Amino acid sequence: MLKLVCPYCGIEADETELVSGGEAHLKREGPDSTDDDFEGYLFLRENPKGIILERWRHAMGCGKWFHVARCTVTQEVFGTYPAQTLKPPPRIMEVIKSRRTGQETGLNSDNAEKFS
Amino acid sequence: MKKYSLFSLVRQSLNYHTGWERAWKSPEPKESYDVVIVGAGGHGLATAYYLGKNHGIKNVAILEKGWLGGGNTGRNTTIIRSNYLQDASAAIYEKSRSLYETLSQDMNYNIMFSPRGVMMLAQTHHEARGYQRINSANVIQGIKTEYILPDQVKELCKIINIDCPRYPILGALWQPRGGTARHDAVAWGYARACSDMGMDIIQKCEVTDINPQTNGALELQTSRGKIRCKKLGMVVAGHSGVLAEKAGFRLPIESVALQALVSEPVKPCLDVVVMANTVHGYISQSDKGEMVIGGGADQFNNYSQRGSFIHIENTVRALVEMFPIISRLKMLRQWGGIVDMTGDRSPIISKTPVDNIFINCGWGTGGFKSIPGSGWAMAELVAKGEPGVLASPFSLDRFKEGRFIDESVAAGVAH
Repeated sequence: MLKLVCPYCGIEADETELVSGGEAHLKREGPDSTDDDFEGYLFLRENPKGIILERWRHAMGCGKWFHVARCTVTQEVFGTYPAQTLKPPPRIMEVIKSRRTGQETGLNSDNAEKFS
Repeated sequence: MKKYSLFSLVRQSLNYHTGWERAWKSPEPKESYDVVIVGAGGHGLATAYYLGKNHGIKNVAILEKGWLGGGNTGRNTTIIRSNYLQDASAAIYEKSRSLYETLSQDMNYNIMFSPRGVMMLAQTHHEARGYQRINSANVIQGIKTEYILPDQVKELCKIINIDCPRYPILGALWQPRGGTARHDAVAWGYARACSDMGMDIIQKCEVTDINPQTNGALELQTSRGKIRCKKLGMVVAGHSGVLAEKAGFRLPIESVALQALVSEPVKPCLDVVVMANTVHGYISQSDKGEMVIGGGADQFNNYSQRGSFIHIENTVRALVEMFPIISRLKMLRQWGGIVDMTGDRSPIISKTPVDNIFINCGWGTGGFKSIPGSGWAMAELVAKGEPGVLASPFSLDRFKEGRFIDESVAAGVAH
């Protein structure tokens, strides 16, 4: 059972209390965007084997959306942070760096942009 | 290759069964091949088989990171059916089902195809209307299905409780020529046939990098050295995204865990496959007597081949309600596979942004039933460089064009 701490109400919630919202920090495309941009926004996902930044909703609790840094191989959670951010805060990065080095982070080139 | 037959069995029994040869060879990789298929699961091996059988391309290697058939081919609930709504899906799944019918004879390898019939229960009025619609579509597509009523459900499946308190059985979509097959045997049969055609099956060989060459050929870095090929087929299911990244493109795929479990063996009591999509459970009885049970996929991205316990609990709870007889069965084994889900829940059999790389993925929760048809269509694509009738609707660019083959609503979650 995956357990995440909701950054708003502070409750450690089981996954049954939560709804997954998929990849986080997607750039929303507008009317001037190309078909390729829309395809990327709507369908193409990083789907990393390693660290993923994703959105979750505390659906059966406070109802808020929030972000999670998690490893898709070990299910290790590096921390949760509020939804109103464009990239993970430094404290999340510190946790990731303290537990993973270099290649092990599983960050690909697209991911790295988000982290920088 | 020595033919398997009653006579060979008798002959070998006189030798205490010491004379059987290995079903497939384990050669060292050569420097180059015409075609390399990455992934020696059902779909990869079927692709290689039909490349040789239908298109005469036999200088082929099939590379496998782990062991043959050890991914989702060895981790499913072996259900075979073709009662899909959309024409493109119905065509390829029906091709697949019809190939399964004669696969044992074609390959001289018993895959134990059992056309015992598959019923998909309607447990809400919405679902009942949906299945009647699929039934009508199947009539036009030439696929034999029937919408049956609760008393017929009870007649076909004696142990079912049609008056479930939460979701009573209102009817079912019944495909009498659907069924099950022995999943490992499908992979092994294809492997034996491929090896017999002179193809190299190379296990424990992980592709670590893919380098396109200026002449259009491809150079693969693998854990067993460099391998060059003219054409490359990626058939790696849950790890498609990882492999595509090595070749430099992205896929509309998310990988999630899908679980199944089997009970202790009991006397024969269920001779059809029953799927209940409203409550997320499906069940059949194996030849050994085990109840083979599957449920819903996890909601989050996962590569760990282990799913959430909550899905097992939900699935078993739903099935106990429908089949009170199984309530005291002990569960023997549980497993998870990494399935590759697309946005419209339909597969991708397509050319890719890189020349001479072809991809077959996105089968999601419906991979096993589609193995022969998928291999057939993929082989045509790899051999000719252009998709045939079966594969062309499933191209990668359908997402950009908004040309979906939407089975996510039609087929529900369970396959």
